[in-house]
Amino acid sequence: MNRPADVKAWLAEQERKELLRFITCGSVDDGKSTLIGRLLYETKQIFDDQLAALETDSERHGTQGEQIDFALLVDGLSAEREQGITIDVAYRYFASEKRKFIVADTPGHEQYTRNMVTGASTADLAVLLVDARKGVLTQTRRHSYLAQLVGIRHFVLAATKMDLVDYDRAAFEAICADYGLFAERVGIENWLAIPVSGLNGDNVIGKSEATPWYEGPSLLDHLDTVPVDVAADAEKPFRLPVQWVNRPNQDFRGFAGQIASGAIASGDEVRVLPSGRVTRVARIVTADGDLPKAVAGQSVTLTFADEVDCSRGDVIALAGDPPEAADQFEATLVWMDEHELLPGRGYWLKVGTQMVTATIHEPKYEINVNTLDHLAAKTLGLNAIGVAEIATDREIVFEPYAVEGSSPDRALGGFIVIDKLTNATAACGMLHFALRRAMNIHRQHLDVGRETHAALKGQKPAVLWFTGLSGAGKSTIANLVEKKLVARGRHTFLLDGDNVRHGLNRDLGFTEADRIENIRRVGEVARLMADAGLIVLTAFISPFRAERHMVRRMLPVGEFIEIFVDTPLAEAERRDAKGLYAKARAGELKNFTGIDSPYEEPEEPEIRIDTTKLSAEEAAELIVEELLKRC
Amino acid sequence: MSQLTHLDRLEAESIFILRETVAEAAKPVMLYSMGKDSAVMLHLARKAFFPGPLPFPLLHVDTTWKFRDMYTLRDKVAADPATKLIVYKNPEAVERAINPFDHGPLHTDMWKTEGLRQALDTYGFDAAFGGARRDEEKSRAKERVFSFRDRNHRWDPKRQRPELWSLYNVRKNKGESMRVFPLSNWTELDVWQYILREGIEVVPLYFAAERPTVERDGLILMVDDERMRLEAGEEVVGRKVRFRTLGCYPLSGAVESDAASVEDIIAEMLSCATSERQGRAIDRDAGSGSMEKKKQEGYF
Repeated sequence: MNRPADVKAWLAEQERKELLRFITCGSVDDGKSTLIGRLLYETKQIFDDQLAALETDSERHGTQGEQIDFALLVDGLSAEREQGITIDVAYRYFASEKRKFIVADTPGHEQYTRNMVTGASTADLAVLLVDARKGVLTQTRRHSYLAQLVGIRHFVLAATKMDLVDYDRAAFEAICADYGLFAERVGIENWLAIPVSGLNGDNVIGKSEATPWYEGPSLLDHLDTVPVDVAADAEKPFRLPVQWVNRPNQDFRGFAGQIASGAIASGDEVRVLPSGRVTRVARIVTADGDLPKAVAGQSVTLTFADEVDCSRGDVIALAGDPPEAADQFEATLVWMDEHELLPGRGYWLKVGTQMVTATIHEPKYEINVNTLDHLAAKTLGLNAIGVAEIATDREIVFEPYAVEGSSPDRALGGFIVIDKLTNATAACGMLHFALRRAMNIHRQHLDVGRETHAALKGQKPAVLWFTGLSGAGKSTIANLVEKKLVARGRHTFLLDGDNVRHGLNRDLGFTEADRIENIRRVGEVARLMADAGLIVLTAFISPFRAERHMVRRMLPVGEFIEIFVDTPLAEAERRDAKGLYAKARAGELKNFTGIDSPYEEPEEPEIRIDTTKLSAEEAAELIVEELLKRC
Repeated sequence: MSQLTHLDRLEAESIFILRETVAEAAKPVMLYSMGKDSAVMLHLARKAFFPGPLPFPLLHVDTTWKFRDMYTLRDKVAADPATKLIVYKNPEAVERAINPFDHGPLHTDMWKTEGLRQALDTYGFDAAFGGARRDEEKSRAKERVFSFRDRNHRWDPKRQRPELWSLYNVRKNKGESMRVFPLSNWTELDVWQYILREGIEVVPLYFAAERPTVERDGLILMVDDERMRLEAGEEVVGRKVRFRTLGCYPLSGAVESDAASVEDIIAEMLSCATSERQGRAIDRDAGSGSMEKKKQEGYF
């Protein structure tokens, strides 16, 4: 293998290799890391210096006595090596004579469901580890369910530690029978059980003499030959989620993205969604020259024959077979954050290259992943899986994630949910279908519109949203502002936090969920009043950025004016006009903003009032001036 | 073109990651270290934004101790008027003349780790592309494609975001940043195959040639300029060597080799049994948890 001619032949062969991505799942002591370590070792992916380090490590941390502990090869982080568990998804790379492999090594702890779902989201096959001494466990079923949920169709049941049951055929067959019943129940069709020992290498690479009664392939043989439907995405209709508009100069306007499915040729008629505009593809531009045709998986840049609006988040689709667009869905959610789901709160939702604000309703049910039973649920906590309805603030282009008899639509059916405050990825999900509710409740067309209402009053409507700590001076200043506006002949209405809680929101308490609902209702009322042409003033603590942002999004651009009444906590507490801080400090009031519940300051308010510098009168005058500039 | 090859898929994925970052980050930058991975990453970026120019500058966090050949290539890349290259040197390290002979681990800490932090803060970059691959080192295997760093550039393994499908969460608050690794799924072999296929220029040090060397602590070091200090009993010997990874020359171990072309390198790799980080003195500092520790401190 030292002459270039051999290398060329070898490289040509490499080019033809298929890629198989698989995940391995099992619990701490199923011998998973040992099995993967063995695969890497046997396919020569472990180099001498790593092996030397491994031998040193084996002496220090190893659990295999004199032998090399292959598990240490794959358990990367110090923290997990000390605890002796795998706590995150690790990716490994190896190749056989026939295929290249990417392995997502995922831990089996219950609290780490999210890691398994993460690893499975890009995998074609799952290897489930079952300790031959223990048989099929609850967690084996759980892993199967999770893998199937994200669309994996091929399963391998690796019965590990066969050496510890003396390669007992009956033990292996009991596992097969047990799993067979479960597989049938949940609809797993393609599965194969293989008796292995990672420690001794039985049936990992080659067939083992220790299991003469086993007639199937070794693990690697099976991974080498199991059919992967690489062309499945290419056979679906053309979809390209636009990532980025390439506009280096006036003469070039290209739409860059990776083709999610199907194929495209220059001259093809396409439709840009959600706008629905139709045009033709002029060129398929790449740095290696224009292509006549491109297929699923390629990253390309398209130009159009006509000037058609198209930007990041749009989807370019085959004109005659476009995907749906909708703003209400049913979906399966896997919650991944320590902060549980807050129904009604606005989250970011990302599908393909689309980013929208979404609210998630109370779950229809939570799924017990051990029994697959449906449970009633008000929310979803870390690692909970449930089905819920989702509403987005504008239409998104999507495909149902799972369609019977087809590969999953990962590009336009899978989504992530992002917490707007922490920016953590709070959940992932799979879209089922669009709900027609929004379409069935058509908006009633009204002859007298908001412009008419406003014109009649001779003013431009606005919502002056006062936010700040309790006792900051919101109501006092808002009251003064309203008086000044009325004196100038403006039509106004002041919604005050305390007053609204005596009526409209009498049924709400002060939990986080209730506070969100409180603001949502006030936002809707303020919007209706602005539609009626009024200048609305609201005085609510409204401690969370996400909800203030939600109200902003309800209104036409420019009508939401956020006024941050900035009073330091110490100062508000010193004033304590209503004696509430004293009660909160004494523990008599729970969830009190600033004490045991957070206040998220506005990042870019339209107006900021520093009450340590301005009197209420001066503040009101400043706000009125600002407002009159706008309307 | 109905069947994409393994390299085609890797290329398309990397281009997707590059574009996603540019679309979502406020001020991205590409870390450029003149190594083979940097060369591949730069090539992919040019492809991703073709026919436009690179929509971000390159940043070289200089230690002043790289091989001369590396500076030559860097200056060649920077000569292209469509490419903007920023060279940053930690002023304190300059002033204190920090070097690998007198200062041990402090050399990497001040020039690279601290220098990188300063450069990112100085220019206000919120996303930095790096050429790291998951197959390089054990703790890298768990690294995300989009690696989240807090305001102090620290990497917390427990706060990394799950990455599902190809949906990357690039959102962050002011002061926080992302390290982005477009080559995450590439192996060393993939990198060389791609260099061969695309005809990408790399530093000549990767190819075997007769070079002045000394042997120290089991490593073959190259005497690249007059600043190299020889220890008692050390003798400069001409050896036919090449480098599998490049860094500061007094810290980069060479391997004896006859591989003079990319094909030769690939052939050598196929029969070779030493992983590429072996030539890096830096990983040996504190046992095998060393890279993870460096990452937590903000090392790339």
